[in-house]
Amino acid sequence: MSVQAWTYLFVALSFGLYLFIAWRTRVRDTRGFYVAGQGVPAAANGMATAADWMSAASFISMAGLISTMGYAGGIYLMGWTGGYVLLALLLAPYLRKFGHYTVPDFVGDRYASDLARIVAVSCAIFISFTYVAGQMRGVGVVFSRFLEVDIHVGVIIGMAIVFIYATLGGMKGITWTQVAQYWVLITAFLIPAIAISIKLTGSPLPQAGLGNTIEPSIAGQSGVYLLEKLNQIQTDLGFSSYTATFVGGWDKVNVFCVALALMVGTAGLPHVLVRFYTVKSVKAARWSAFWALLFISLLYLTAPATAAFARYYMIDSLNGKTAQELPSWFENWEKTGLILWMDNGDGVMRYSAGEDNEIFRSGTLSAAELSDVRVAHQAWLDTGGAGGADGREVLRARGFSGPDRDIIVLATPEMAELASWIIALVAAGGLAAALSTASGLLLVISSSVSHDLYYRVLRPEASEKQRLAVGRGVIGMAVVVAGIFGIYPPGFVSQVVAFAFGLAAASFFPAIVLGIFSKRVGTVPAVCGIIAGIGFTAFYIIACVFFGMETWTFGLFANGINPQGIGTIGMLINFAVTLSLTPLFPRPRPEIEAMIDSVREPEEAGPAVMIEAAPER
Amino acid sequence: MATSTPVHGSRAAVALRRYWRANIRIMAVLLGLWALAGLGAGILFADKLNAYYISGTGFPLGFWFAHQGSIIVFVLLILAYCLYMNRLDKRHRRELENMDQEG
Repeated sequence: MSVQAWTYLFVALSFGLYLFIAWRTRVRDTRGFYVAGQGVPAAANGMATAADWMSAASFISMAGLISTMGYAGGIYLMGWTGGYVLLALLLAPYLRKFGHYTVPDFVGDRYASDLARIVAVSCAIFISFTYVAGQMRGVGVVFSRFLEVDIHVGVIIGMAIVFIYATLGGMKGITWTQVAQYWVLITAFLIPAIAISIKLTGSPLPQAGLGNTIEPSIAGQSGVYLLEKLNQIQTDLGFSSYTATFVGGWDKVNVFCVALALMVGTAGLPHVLVRFYTVKSVKAARWSAFWALLFISLLYLTAPATAAFARYYMIDSLNGKTAQELPSWFENWEKTGLILWMDNGDGVMRYSAGEDNEIFRSGTLSAAELSDVRVAHQAWLDTGGAGGADGREVLRARGFSGPDRDIIVLATPEMAELASWIIALVAAGGLAAALSTASGLLLVISSSVSHDLYYRVLRPEASEKQRLAVGRGVIGMAVVVAGIFGIYPPGFVSQVVAFAFGLAAASFFPAIVLGIFSKRVGTVPAVCGIIAGIGFTAFYIIACVFFGMETWTFGLFANGINPQGIGTIGMLINFAVTLSLTPLFPRPRPEIEAMIDSVREPEEAGPAVMIEAAPER
Repeated sequence: MATSTPVHGSRAAVALRRYWRANIRIMAVLLGLWALAGLGAGILFADKLNAYYISGTGFPLGFWFAHQGSIIVFVLLILAYCLYMNRLDKRHRRELENMDQEG
């Protein structure tokens, strides 16, 4: 069977499974719709959280980023896992004990203010929409690359699937679908990594293989460590050493700020927080944070191995080769424009950090633009430099040196010459990663609008039936809007997604932590803190990314702070504003203090608050 | 709530305060380790630690912490927190039950 036939088979099977689960888990009340009836076992919830969390970016792009960044790629590994410690220790058990539906619910009730609630709802919706548009785009990309259907058709198929299982089953359907999606995506990630690890290092554990020696048959000598060899190749070609710390723009301050912003942002993202409302008890909330990180760590401990293997394999199989010696995966992926070869006329491929580099990617160039570049380059070669234009210079000037980072995961199975069914599995895995994250985010949008805005603010007298109908309607509309964003991505989306973490770090995290651990913090200081934190962070990001503002050094650091790391500063501003205003404003009312007490109490002292009995307004 | 019957209300409050202090203490310790492993070994001291290698492997220590070590530590920290807190919850409940029996 061909790769494409296998891909159709796997995608159809996995989609069939998702729809079957959706039918089995359809719900009839808002409690099932928003929080899965709070009956999800801890391990299953952990698995769903892991799938919810690991997006198309984690699955497809992260290993590629690490592969080109080396040591500094660790910011994503540490940042996107470290947040779970904060989540487990500072937030999850308390939010479960509080026992409502959404994060804005907690902010609104704790600070007894509809203003706080609305600010929280707006943050949740904004963060979720920017994130979900990227996921829908990811669905389209996987479809178009593996199944050769139009990217728009791919997005529409993805939308239809999510639409069915999200409106039918709400959180319950989404949770159990995500459990299935976790298995699909982790299998698709691990199998190629294990196969390539055995081939390259002889170790069946890719995590250990990263620190192993290279098989003598491949390296040509025995006893050479993979990382040592990689460092040597990288420096020979003019790249910076793979394991060296703090090279280029990634100095200590920036690595620190970005990693911390990602950690804190992870703990403040609404679609992750809401998962801890879905379990049975506080104890289960703690365990499910543990399971979630354990399941996530399976992929996150493997990604750096995949990154290094692919880096070694790619340089080794391309650099210094002639057209006849090139591996077949290169030709397959050259068609997609993720990797290009602009020869200097000697027929030998060069991959380096310098001016003699001949490996590029098409980046944002259209097919027509690219073929113009190729024609001019051929003319340049034919005339010996007299006419045409050197394609290498053209592409380097556009910033398209080196292969696209997505190729690392997508082409790894082919690099390792694995069976065609494994290659097809990667497509199903990429789709599972994108769909699971998209559905979790869509539910947050739906619950923010229908529960926090419609029910808690606009129409408190709405009946259960009306609320469920509004919830379903909003999620349906959100799917359509997200799909439209996926088909016609507004330019800002791809640029802003990376900053959603900073915004979450600067807004939600301080407000929730202070809400639990301080009884003194009142409404006005908290709202001012949120507005100051998110305002500063959003200003800095927008000014730097869209208006070319110089990054700030705050008079302390050698280099300016990367906009990705500004959430760390925003969070500090939020804390500082809230804490310094607190003594000037009155204490929260006694019933709020009683609520904080009940959230802090261990579970057995009083039952976890049931939603029906929870204090309303 | 069941814990605040008038007879031993203040003793229950004392037990609750003790519970909360123990909770804060374990949190402080674990968050300290979190900062030490992730922000410390993985970033702040990574350049110094890179001079050492994990014996028998090709991992420079700082690089290893940034790419793998910190994640392993994070998983273990949450595990320790779960085990400790669930035991603390149980002990607290036993204390309250004893108070009920003593009247």
